[in-house]
Amino acid sequence: MTALQEVTPQEREGVRREALYFAVRNGKLLTGFGVVAVLLVLGLVGPLFTDVPPNQYGPRPMSPPSAEHWFGTTTFGQDIFAQFVHGLRSTFAVGAIGGGIAAVIGMLVGFTAGYRGGVVDEVLNMLTNVVLVIPALAVLLIVNAYLGIRSVAVQGLFIGLTQWPWAARAIRAQTFTLRSREFVDLARMSGAGTWRIITREIAPNMSSYLFMTFILLFGGSILIASSLDFIGLGPTDAVSLGLMLQNATQWSALQLGMWWWFVPPGAAITAVVGALYVANVGLDEVFNPKLREL
Amino acid sequence: MLRLDDVTKRFRIGALGGRSLTAVSDVSFEVAPGEVVSLIGESGSGKSTIGRMILGLQPITSGTITFDGRPVRQGKEFYRGVQGIFQDPFSSFNPVFKADRVFAMVKDAYFPSVPGPEWAARVEDALRDVRLNPGQVLGKYPHQLSGGQLQRLLIARALLLEIRLLVADEITSMLDASTRIEVLNLLAELKSRGLGVLYITHDLSLGTYLAERTIVLRRGSVVEMGPTGQVFGGPLHPYTRELLAAVPRLHQPWDDATPVDTCAYHLNGGTGVLAEAGSGHFVACARLSTCQ
Amino acid sequence: MSLQVSDLRVHYRTLKGDVRALDGVSFDLADGEILGLVGESGCGKSTLGKALIRMDGRMRRTGGTVALDGEELPIDDDRRMNDFRFRRVSLIPQYAMSALNPTRKIRRLVAELLRSRGAAVDPAELESRMAHVGLPPAVLDRYPIELSGGMRQRMVMVISTLLDPSLLIADEVTSALDVSTQKAVARALLGFRDSGYVKSMIFITHDLALTHHIADTIMVMYAGRLAEKAPADVIVKAPRHPYTRLLLDSLPEVGVRYADRRLDGIAGSPPSLLDPPAGCRFRDRCPLAGEECGEDPPVTELAPDHHVACWKA
Repeated sequence: MTALQEVTPQEREGVRREALYFAVRNGKLLTGFGVVAVLLVLGLVGPLFTDVPPNQYGPRPMSPPSAEHWFGTTTFGQDIFAQFVHGLRSTFAVGAIGGGIAAVIGMLVGFTAGYRGGVVDEVLNMLTNVVLVIPALAVLLIVNAYLGIRSVAVQGLFIGLTQWPWAARAIRAQTFTLRSREFVDLARMSGAGTWRIITREIAPNMSSYLFMTFILLFGGSILIASSLDFIGLGPTDAVSLGLMLQNATQWSALQLGMWWWFVPPGAAITAVVGALYVANVGLDEVFNPKLREL
Repeated sequence: MLRLDDVTKRFRIGALGGRSLTAVSDVSFEVAPGEVVSLIGESGSGKSTIGRMILGLQPITSGTITFDGRPVRQGKEFYRGVQGIFQDPFSSFNPVFKADRVFAMVKDAYFPSVPGPEWAARVEDALRDVRLNPGQVLGKYPHQLSGGQLQRLLIARALLLEIRLLVADEITSMLDASTRIEVLNLLAELKSRGLGVLYITHDLSLGTYLAERTIVLRRGSVVEMGPTGQVFGGPLHPYTRELLAAVPRLHQPWDDATPVDTCAYHLNGGTGVLAEAGSGHFVACARLSTCQ
Repeated sequence: MSLQVSDLRVHYRTLKGDVRALDGVSFDLADGEILGLVGESGCGKSTLGKALIRMDGRMRRTGGTVALDGEELPIDDDRRMNDFRFRRVSLIPQYAMSALNPTRKIRRLVAELLRSRGAAVDPAELESRMAHVGLPPAVLDRYPIELSGGMRQRMVMVISTLLDPSLLIADEVTSALDVSTQKAVARALLGFRDSGYVKSMIFITHDLALTHHIADTIMVMYAGRLAEKAPADVIVKAPRHPYTRLLLDSLPEVGVRYADRRLDGIAGSPPSLLDPPAGCRFRDRCPLAGEECGEDPPVTELAPDHHVACWKA
């Protein structure tokens, strides 16, 4: 009814192009993704440049950073740079596996509950709420202690299995409102099935939302994995940033003044998680016109 | 062609469907080819629910709806002949895609073997049929088009399927007066080509403009139905009279129809059983004989 | 004269530039007069209603003045307008459902609202006004959600006129209502004027037939400008502007059948107000348009109280 309705057409030309326009101009988004990208590349490429296995004992223990050992060595002469780049790798792996599994379960449950509604929704909602109120960290402690986590992948799996509920709830709520839109009926009247409607009609409308969900789950998984590693419940035959921290504490790196042992892994965890959250705020600004800074 | 027999719809509400709410009760009517039937009711009358049940978008609680003798069910074959258009044109298009995607969806589902150029020609023909300039509407996002253009795009989409029944649910209520009548005229032309239309509206004047027959709904039940001229020229049910009296008209003052005090509808709000009062004119009034 | 609007220009700021939603509108409103404002979407009628009470962040006055009872309204100063809202100018929004706080009972809602305006509730007066629009006093002890759409709309009407504002703006108040409720609400509005709760009223709607039953004067707007303004009967029976005529011709009435009399709409759509064309803005859709229409038609008083902006009138 207002004059504005008439204007919006020209103004909102090309939603996606506009999102891209704001994305490349959003400092938070660029900084966040930049930091993550640098660390990711380091984790992927770094191990190729260190021929030393990360846990191999070396001849020069407790040496500070030098040209030979960029990040110094541990009490046992292990090369910290080698441990760091391998650790980055497993940290990203845990984030991707844990975040990925949680996102997939969250989407499946959220879309199904939101789209089907009725009894299906109520049952799934109940399940979600049950998993939601279980103290995830405590369960992970028990599971890890009992089963003994051997690899990064298994750790990621368990983290993923406990992290999905809030994502499912958020996606369910969004699906619920989109489901009643008439374009869903129109798709049905074009002969489209349920799966097609969810993937081709509903999901594209919340792509930004799904993306943000994944980012948050990714960061959350890294944080939980590091906490588990730090208290000694990490994978037994792997290297991770959390395990490095745990070893540093165990061998009194702080008291011995071996700062090079715990600063890199601590800083990297903080940087990855922090950068992801900053990027998330940036994404929010890109997709939500109200928050755009211009 | 389309036939409803004692159609009832109850919605389950509350935790695990503990309670139920009757939205439509025992509604029966027919729509013939080339006929426009208007379904008139206020909010909560169940008119949209009836439309959605006919389109197979909502299950029926009891009763039957048949199209050409076969029960209504979701599926490609059914939607080839029956299509629906709804109130809000902006909500009928997926905002993240271009508006002409609705045509591509029809092609994918029904005409995958038709070559591209031929399909494009068909789309353009359909667009011209609904008085749209293909160059102005193709390749645009929904928000770049007006409500009237979008509703016409949907009619064009239905035409590509060579439908025989169109369920039009309040399709003009969000349009301006100047465009509204154009869309109605378009429906009238389609009707003359043999299309059956169920025109669902709350606006009595729009309902009478096109329809041969009119059905007045109140709280899920039919209170009066029959040829439009008879229903609005000589309404029998007090509810129909009240509705008519409430419609603002340009050239005459608002008249206060004085309802018959003894009518059952006015005493307890109930309605009677639908009974034939004249040829094809049915009314559900418990005191029909006294009222007349 | 209760309200005098002269050459009011209000623009909306957008990324693409200024939208001239109101482009030089002037009119007067007498004491006790109800003005019906009609036009297609985007004609500026809602903008006009909003400009008189609360401009939102994107709106900007670029010219013109508004005077209420001889005093100029500071329409672009949100804080100073606060002294006028409710006491002098009041608005009934389109969606009364969302105007009422759902967590408060009506009685508390009214009390809180009046307290924020520094006034006390007079229960007797409140109940008598509610009775006036057909609401029982029991409504006060209910939550907004327990009321029907029409009841809520009437409750909002009572609340917004409690302080006897000089001007009441009703923006599409009936468009979401059923016909029978619409009639009750419209009658209640007339009653407010007749009992002197409000001095004058602007009734904004897209429904010409409804306006005819309520308004004393009807003003037809097109693309941010006044097209025609005349007493309600004159607009309906003897319109002079081609736009008004076409608008009336496109209205289906109960009983008009396609088979008997085919109605026609108005081809085309209103011009973009981002960069409106020079001259008469209706020119492109007008069947009478000619050479002179390239110039802006001035608003002229053809007969007493009958203003038309058209060269061909």
